[in-house]
Amino acid sequence: MSKKSQYIILVLVVLLVVVLLNLPAQTAGRLRLAVGGLFVPLFGLAASTHEAVAKGGDSLVSRRELLREIQDLRASNQVLTLHLQQTTAVWRENDRLHLMLNTPPQKPWRLRMARVIVRDPAFWWRSVWIDLGSRDGVRANCAVLTADGLVGKVQIAGETRSQVLLLGDPGLRVSVNVLAATGAVNQSGILMSSSSGPRENNLVDLEYLSGANAAHPGDRVVTSGVGEVFTNGIPVGQVVDLAPRDNGLSVEGRVRLFANMGALEEVWVILP
Amino acid sequence: MSCLNTIFVLALAYAGVFLEGTLGGFRSLLGAQFSLLPALMVYTSLTRGIGAVALLAVCGGLWLDCLSANPLGVSVLPLFLIGFLIWRKRGLLLREQAFAQVALGLAAGALFPLGTLFLLLNLGGSPLLGWGSLWQWAVAALSGGLLTPCCFLLFERARRAFEYPALQQSSFRPDREIKRGRR
Repeated sequence: MSKKSQYIILVLVVLLVVVLLNLPAQTAGRLRLAVGGLFVPLFGLAASTHEAVAKGGDSLVSRRELLREIQDLRASNQVLTLHLQQTTAVWRENDRLHLMLNTPPQKPWRLRMARVIVRDPAFWWRSVWIDLGSRDGVRANCAVLTADGLVGKVQIAGETRSQVLLLGDPGLRVSVNVLAATGAVNQSGILMSSSSGPRENNLVDLEYLSGANAAHPGDRVVTSGVGEVFTNGIPVGQVVDLAPRDNGLSVEGRVRLFANMGALEEVWVILP
Repeated sequence: MSCLNTIFVLALAYAGVFLEGTLGGFRSLLGAQFSLLPALMVYTSLTRGIGAVALLAVCGGLWLDCLSANPLGVSVLPLFLIGFLIWRKRGLLLREQAFAQVALGLAAGALFPLGTLFLLLNLGGSPLLGWGSLWQWAVAALSGGLLTPCCFLLFERARRAFEYPALQQSSFRPDREIKRGRR
């Protein structure tokens, strides 16, 4: 091949990269989904393999084990039913109080379970893809959580799958409240990405706490509801340590997340 | 075979990128993920033309970026530049030697994340970096070094399976024939 054609190819590749990097965010998102669409057959194959393995596993579990599990589930179901009755009563009371105070009542969450299908191959971001998309009612900025706590938010919603930014990713900041031992809001701050590095999956930084009324290690952290992406009160984690900044004017700390980010398999999406 | 070989390379890149995103065992064991694209790029640049190198860089880079939170296209240029440099110097490289393959794989595996990071930082991104990144970078470089000879081995086997075997030269020489019987 002549030297000229080598450099033509080099220039063409550089031009393509420049064009791609300068695409508007919406177009880049659509293109990302279109290119990612090529992986749909492999997603299907992976899902069917997962099902086949699960079926194979089912046939290997003994009857005694299954009966024991059913009994455990029945017991847990009864406890949860009692909790639900109590929560429903509290919910009604809360609605009545909201009505009396003329403030909008909090809507109950519409949850949908999703399976994590892909993790970010690059080690400098924290994101995953889930198997729910706009067809299932998922929209950008929907909150994603597990039974333990908040996980992140939907960044791009495709038709059948969505990209979720996880807590600790540099692109996701969450306004949170630090609760005192009594349950009252003690401080408000912002959850940032982790300064502990990419290998510490469950530690994120908590910044912009005021130095006046300091939080304490062990305090619970929940979403504040400011910003309207996350509803208030979603559990996030627990304060690990705190350090004063700017001559004691502000405080920074680290929060250990309740959700195990390294082992996410199934998550719940709060639908709008 | 040339076209078929390029298709095989692209198919392996496609499957490799998907496995990078879905295989959790390696990630949970080592805290870092392997990377197949640099190894494939070394193989392609040493055995195929610049067109195949560009095709692998564009397709592989886009596939990787669309599964990641990277800006779309950011992995294409580092991958292409690695392939382009090796392709330009391929006449001087001992491509048949396993040692050379491992060394090139190590270098490609180390340079690919560095090049991508360099671009990301210049684009104003704020990737998650810390001391742990050094370990992840080392794993990426090592995986490049280990996977490159595997790529050569795999494609050599595929070539043998799809090509007609070369005609073996007979060891019989007519001038050394022993003539028996009386003249």
